[in-house]
Amino acid sequence: MRFQSPQWPSHYLLAFLFIFIGSQSAFAEIKPKQIVMKNGLTLLLIERHSLPIVSVEVLIKSGSANDPADLSGVANLTASLLDEGTQKRSSTQMAEEIDFIGASLSAGANLDYTAVNLRVLKKDIDLGFDILSDALLNPLFDAKEIERVRRLILGSILSEKDEPTTIASRAFDNIVFANHPYQNPVIGLEASVQKMSRDDIVSFYQKHYLPKNALFSIVGDITEKETIALVKKYFAGWKGSSPIARKVISLKAQPRKTQLIDKDLTQTTVLMGHLGISRKNPDFYPVIVMNYILGGGGFSSRLLTHIRDNKGLVYSAHSSFNANSQQGSFEISLQTKPSNTNEAITATLQEINQILKEGVSETELAEAKAYMIGSFPLRLETTGKLAGLLSKVGFHKLGLQYFTDYPKHIEKVTREDILRVAKAYLKPNQMTLVVVGNLAEAKVKELP
Amino acid sequence: MMSNFRSVFLVPIVLLFLSVPLAHSAPNVTRTVLKNGLSVVLIEEPKAPVVTFQVWYKVGSRNERIGKTGLSHLLEHMMFKGTTMNGKGEFSRTVAKNGGTENAFTGNDYTAYFENFASDRIDLSLELESDRMVNLLIDTAEFGLESEVVKEERRSRTDDDPYSALVETLYATAFLVHPYHNPVIGWMDDLNNLSREDAYQHYKQYYQPNNATVVIVGDFKSATLLPKVIARFETIPKGADLNTRTPIEPPQIGERRVIVKREAQLPAIFMGFHAPNYKNPDTYPLSVLASILSSGKSSRLYKTLVYQQQLALDAGGQYEDLTTDNELFYFYGTPRPGITLEAVEAALNAEIKRLQSEKVADAELTKVKNQIEASFVFGADSNFARAMQIGRAETVGAGYDYLIAYLSNIRSVTADDIQRVAQKYLIEDQKTVGILIPKPKEF
Repeated sequence: MRFQSPQWPSHYLLAFLFIFIGSQSAFAEIKPKQIVMKNGLTLLLIERHSLPIVSVEVLIKSGSANDPADLSGVANLTASLLDEGTQKRSSTQMAEEIDFIGASLSAGANLDYTAVNLRVLKKDIDLGFDILSDALLNPLFDAKEIERVRRLILGSILSEKDEPTTIASRAFDNIVFANHPYQNPVIGLEASVQKMSRDDIVSFYQKHYLPKNALFSIVGDITEKETIALVKKYFAGWKGSSPIARKVISLKAQPRKTQLIDKDLTQTTVLMGHLGISRKNPDFYPVIVMNYILGGGGFSSRLLTHIRDNKGLVYSAHSSFNANSQQGSFEISLQTKPSNTNEAITATLQEINQILKEGVSETELAEAKAYMIGSFPLRLETTGKLAGLLSKVGFHKLGLQYFTDYPKHIEKVTREDILRVAKAYLKPNQMTLVVVGNLAEAKVKELP
Repeated sequence: MMSNFRSVFLVPIVLLFLSVPLAHSAPNVTRTVLKNGLSVVLIEEPKAPVVTFQVWYKVGSRNERIGKTGLSHLLEHMMFKGTTMNGKGEFSRTVAKNGGTENAFTGNDYTAYFENFASDRIDLSLELESDRMVNLLIDTAEFGLESEVVKEERRSRTDDDPYSALVETLYATAFLVHPYHNPVIGWMDDLNNLSREDAYQHYKQYYQPNNATVVIVGDFKSATLLPKVIARFETIPKGADLNTRTPIEPPQIGERRVIVKREAQLPAIFMGFHAPNYKNPDTYPLSVLASILSSGKSSRLYKTLVYQQQLALDAGGQYEDLTTDNELFYFYGTPRPGITLEAVEAALNAEIKRLQSEKVADAELTKVKNQIEASFVFGADSNFARAMQIGRAETVGAGYDYLIAYLSNIRSVTADDIQRVAQKYLIEDQKTVGILIPKPKEF
């Protein structure tokens, strides 16, 4: 990949021109319906009747960024307890009922929101909604269950210390998002998880699990009428005031830092980067196209071509802009043997400087756009994937036209845009660097 | 490219899900064998305007010998490095600029390549995959570079991951002679010594149409697509018959126990029992048994070890029916901080004993069968997962018919069957235990 041929064979060119026709028609079919219920609950629905299955994602618009300052991990612990006992069912009963119909129910938080996912056969949809509503509306937060789940989470926090990429991320987030809730891991910190009380959990639940703070994304073998009837039956009793908006703490670029973490490993894990963009940023589309070319996607990125294919330094190297409701990070991660560490870091910086100085070629841009537009239908194939994407569309308020707009946004990006956003959002002189591994062998040099 | 080795520990749910055959009752299935021996399976699935193409070669670490391990997987990487028709990197670039995703994976029994496209791009797969089935060039310098990439892959996936390192040691202990002894990614010393000639010879020997299966699932008409498949692939000459002999594992005659000590936060235990594959009808009760142990939060190992007794952070049991030769049925558990390995091992043994001494209740059996049937329907939502199931079944010799009959065979499993197979296979003399003991940091 890795080898940029100056000319395309003509039949590929033809294929490329044809792609928009084929794919546009596919996008046009996806038009979600939006329904707002009396209690303020918003539903997004895409009907798909080819298989007798339904996927539901309930999004609560609060995540670990809503954790109180000294209670990092409370959003995650609250979500983890939803299926561990309600006023109607014990934890064991709920597990038995879900498994008996071959369904799955899971819940988890991320930085910005909490997602509760149900996947169920059409024939069992009524029971599926019954259980979903029970988990969301009636959790008991029984003291014994809290202790049990707390121990599991503490165990996970401990075993994460065997994962070099997680160790690096924790250190990186702490520096880049200093003094902002994004600096803390979603799972929480050992000390905060230790001390969290039942009241803390109940208080988080009462503040955030409100119908006006929720968004339902439903995809599958179900009609609008059936959906409304089910939601009325199982969620009409969900009442609550409007949620109090999260106090927005603005993010500031932090002074760069280098943090080296010694660990007896055969590879060093390198994570470098700085503050990036939010999902609302009008430059979102040019930024993701630029990032695709730099190191974001597939085997043809500049990073993989130069660091992996031409130098054999790494198995994986990846760049990303993690756009959250506020600014996320721009980061590049790679792993290599200790003696290659400095060479891999230098080569990565060269790629950033190169794109900053010269932007991208017409061919690279055309190929990146063709990939991003042409592969869009692959992201919509299964009901589960589609429900997840629909949920994000709703959360970030991207509009019901998103599925037809996406290719248009990508198509509009120009070389000038790429150069402009590279200059605005890539800052090689402000990079924080985290290295985890055998430091005696790696002899890491400070960034220039 | 990913190497698919036995890191079941990390992704038990995914693997369990994939181990259930997916809906194959679709009416629009075309199966044929071309004149050169290439098997072709086409499934029309018009639900979304996408298609997956996969080609499966019957070669993996099972075909490797000590001194040359890792060869199949390294060759998989070289398949992206250029043919007489397309230069280095052209394959991935062409797929990407047509909106496709591609990758490959290697296992004990197979090496497989795939592309996922919008359905109007399928001709590209036919062109690119038929080209590299026969025209691969392996450049010596490129081979040297890619060996380094694969060594990095080994370092991150195995050497720096305590659980993978443990599983690797467990297999090397449970299989003394059979090549399941070796890791798919290869031993590091072999990776240091493989040559370009080794890879090219491996390619010439195994990458033959009569040693491969093409599976295409998606939004197309088979009547139009099949002639195109024939036109692209049938011109490739049939290769020599492969008469390779695989060493036979002698019967295990007593428990084996192996310890891995390394820097780690928590200990872990794996227990593997020799078990039959799809060729033996006991495969159906063994599959149901694996579900009883691990499928969902009401499954026995979660409920007992994680929920009730709170001994483990995670625990499960795993069985794979679609392997070329007999593999392992295995159990695993990670003790929660403060709990000993001995306590987790005793709890796993108690669960095995319970399967042997008590019959599974009707409700539990019904639940597990419901779960397997539901997975069947959910799995049909992904073209890729369906194609993967078919490719694997064809490659290990079970064939498509095995998948067709699978659900009805699962439905006939009785509580007696489950008790019988638990008594027959989950026995101490057939057991290999691997334990991970954390060692304090040294430097």
